[in-house]
Amino acid sequence: MALFDYAPAPENRDIANLKPHYRPFINGEFVDGNGEPLKTINPATGEVLAEVSTVDTTDIDRAVQAARNAYEKVWRRMPGSERAKYLFRLARLIQERARELAVLETLDNGKPIKESRDVDIPTAAAHFFYHAGWADKLSYAGYGPDPQPLGVAGQVIPWNFPLLMLAWKIAPALACGNTVVLKPAETTPLTALVFGELCQQAGLPPGVVNIVPGAGDVGAALVSHQGIDKVAFTGSTEVGKIIQRQLAGSGKKMTMELGGKAANIVFDDAPLDQAVEGIVNGIFFNQGHVCCAGSRLLVQESIAEELLEKLRYRVSTLRIGDPLDKNTDVGAINSAEQLAKIRELVASGEAEGAERWTSPCPLPEKGFFFAPTVFSGVHPSMRIAREEIFGPVLSVMTFRTPQEAVTKANNTPYGLSAGIWTEKGSRILWMTAQLRAGVVWANTFNRFDPTAPFGGYKESGFGREGGRAGLEAYLDV
Amino acid sequence: MSDTRLAVAKTYKLYIGGKFPRSESGRSYPVTDTRGRFLANVAHASRKDLRDAVVAARKAFAGWSGATAYNRGQVLFRVAEVMEGRRDQFVAEVRAAEGVQPRRAEALVDAAIDRWVYYAGWTDKLSAVLGAANPVAGPYFSFTVPEPTGVVGVFAPQKSSLLGLVSVVAPVLATGCTAVVVTSAERPLPAVTLSEVLATSDVPGGVVNVLTGRAEELAPWMASHADVNALDLTGVEPSARAELERAAADTVKRLVRAPRQEPDWTATPGLERLRPYLEEKTVWHPMGV
Repeated sequence: MALFDYAPAPENRDIANLKPHYRPFINGEFVDGNGEPLKTINPATGEVLAEVSTVDTTDIDRAVQAARNAYEKVWRRMPGSERAKYLFRLARLIQERARELAVLETLDNGKPIKESRDVDIPTAAAHFFYHAGWADKLSYAGYGPDPQPLGVAGQVIPWNFPLLMLAWKIAPALACGNTVVLKPAETTPLTALVFGELCQQAGLPPGVVNIVPGAGDVGAALVSHQGIDKVAFTGSTEVGKIIQRQLAGSGKKMTMELGGKAANIVFDDAPLDQAVEGIVNGIFFNQGHVCCAGSRLLVQESIAEELLEKLRYRVSTLRIGDPLDKNTDVGAINSAEQLAKIRELVASGEAEGAERWTSPCPLPEKGFFFAPTVFSGVHPSMRIAREEIFGPVLSVMTFRTPQEAVTKANNTPYGLSAGIWTEKGSRILWMTAQLRAGVVWANTFNRFDPTAPFGGYKESGFGREGGRAGLEAYLDV
Repeated sequence: MSDTRLAVAKTYKLYIGGKFPRSESGRSYPVTDTRGRFLANVAHASRKDLRDAVVAARKAFAGWSGATAYNRGQVLFRVAEVMEGRRDQFVAEVRAAEGVQPRRAEALVDAAIDRWVYYAGWTDKLSAVLGAANPVAGPYFSFTVPEPTGVVGVFAPQKSSLLGLVSVVAPVLATGCTAVVVTSAERPLPAVTLSEVLATSDVPGGVVNVLTGRAEELAPWMASHADVNALDLTGVEPSARAELERAAADTVKRLVRAPRQEPDWTATPGLERLRPYLEEKTVWHPMGV
């Protein structure tokens, strides 16, 4: 099949309304932080996008105090029906400025514009819209007749879905009557700071939302701050464990959304072309920077060769390049540090004897890029089968029986997600029950919705985000 | 029958994997009533006993979590039935252990039996109450079901020897999890008798494992054990909990929010002791012709 060449179709970067300086958002105002300023770069080019003022511990004190005041004096006392309207406003403001936010997200993160435009930003708006409706209906959520908020939430989010992860954290917290201090990731602070503008435009009472940019030390100071009542963290299992240790004995409620090493399981009766699309989506969506990425492909032995051939062909057609180009399928790796980590793990795969295939696609000369890579002949003991790579690298293993597939899929300390591809309904339901993972996609992958709870088993964390179940994280129950 | 007949005294042992072994360590310790009168020597469980118990609990997990909710409900109800038949024995043991008056002891035993009935009724309601059909914005059927988290390490209350114990163990079983229970150190005899009830109530071996011994000795091993999914520190001194929670972080264990002081166990429970042992699993499938 011939490949069509696409003419470049770049989105206009001016839409991002990029400013040279961004500042922390504390008590309803943008203020200068006392931390060392950081420069956030466009990972697709290496250029500096903006300088961001960061916070130090005195700024965190102020932010937590602002959140406390807002909680005690305004937010917890406000009728749920009024809180709801603020959240609806925020949802609408995200929709109104969706294009600006999408371009800004792509510039700062490196993800393809079609993903920030079609997934990140609309889903972020949907989270606010969904949770808005809960604010005055919490007594119907199954946590008793009058469930109470926890107080001030300290929230730390990752760089892979910057605004969407902010929405997952802030929307349920506010709906339940809490106020928040949120730290965006060091490499992707911009959309979170623009969200501060949205809070101003919404007329949100000062202090209800505070955004404190900075590096890991800021996150550590925030989660261990005496003035907060609740910690919500999304990020690596390693850091999640550190936070859990820090908070040991504090009695503070925690939710942890950590790493994953999902098995995507393809049976011999699966519709192969659809399965290939699902495998590609599972591991190359967002450059594989997805905690629930289908990074371990388990294929029934009898179809392994045929499937791999189709998969390699399909992967070779993916367009890697300028994230702002509307035809780009795989964008830039978020940082030099992450690129180094991916390279290191790929090298370990080769050294341990797995067979590497990498798409022959051309890569841009500037920026951080990694060509989609598929390892076959992978053994469960190899690092590429055990460790989260968080990049566009797939490890392929085979199985013979459904039981073997289950055993291999569950053979990991993680338990965030899994995929099943088969035409047989009873097998889907059996497999679904056997897999120790918080989200199971059958004949699809990487679907997200605010009404559908998301979160992990085992070392992938605890607590859920989304749905009725997600409210528990922000209620004193 | 002669008035001078010597009663047959029971040897109080551990309950692991459906069997009643002594501690592998060979250790035992004396248990007295609240006035200091000798009651029995009980097995003093060791780290190795705890690890054996975790292995037994893990082995039993697939069967117990895979049983139908109806079946689990009937088994839990059966525990209540068999306890009822041993009511007098439990009353006597609770009196001896807790030093309470007969009427109070009877009330505590009755409440403990009723608690099994309460949780028996939950097994087949949890999915309806905690699960959901998710109205996602796309052509997919998405549903969420609660599932048991796995093996739970339970440190039973130190004071309430039976009602407190049942209050922390029954919800673990109702969710489909399996349990390794460390009993009250000074008041362990009702727990050993409960083990005998469990062994004859169709509760599969290994679903509950009961260790008599010292919480402070066993807790570090439970907290750091990689095959324990959740931890209830109710019976552990509050001052010792922070260190244990730190150890539990290494394997991202679920922690029950254990009260600092022993609560009033006679209060009717709700979902608080069920939710911590349940994971929510969300499943998606496309819709189309």
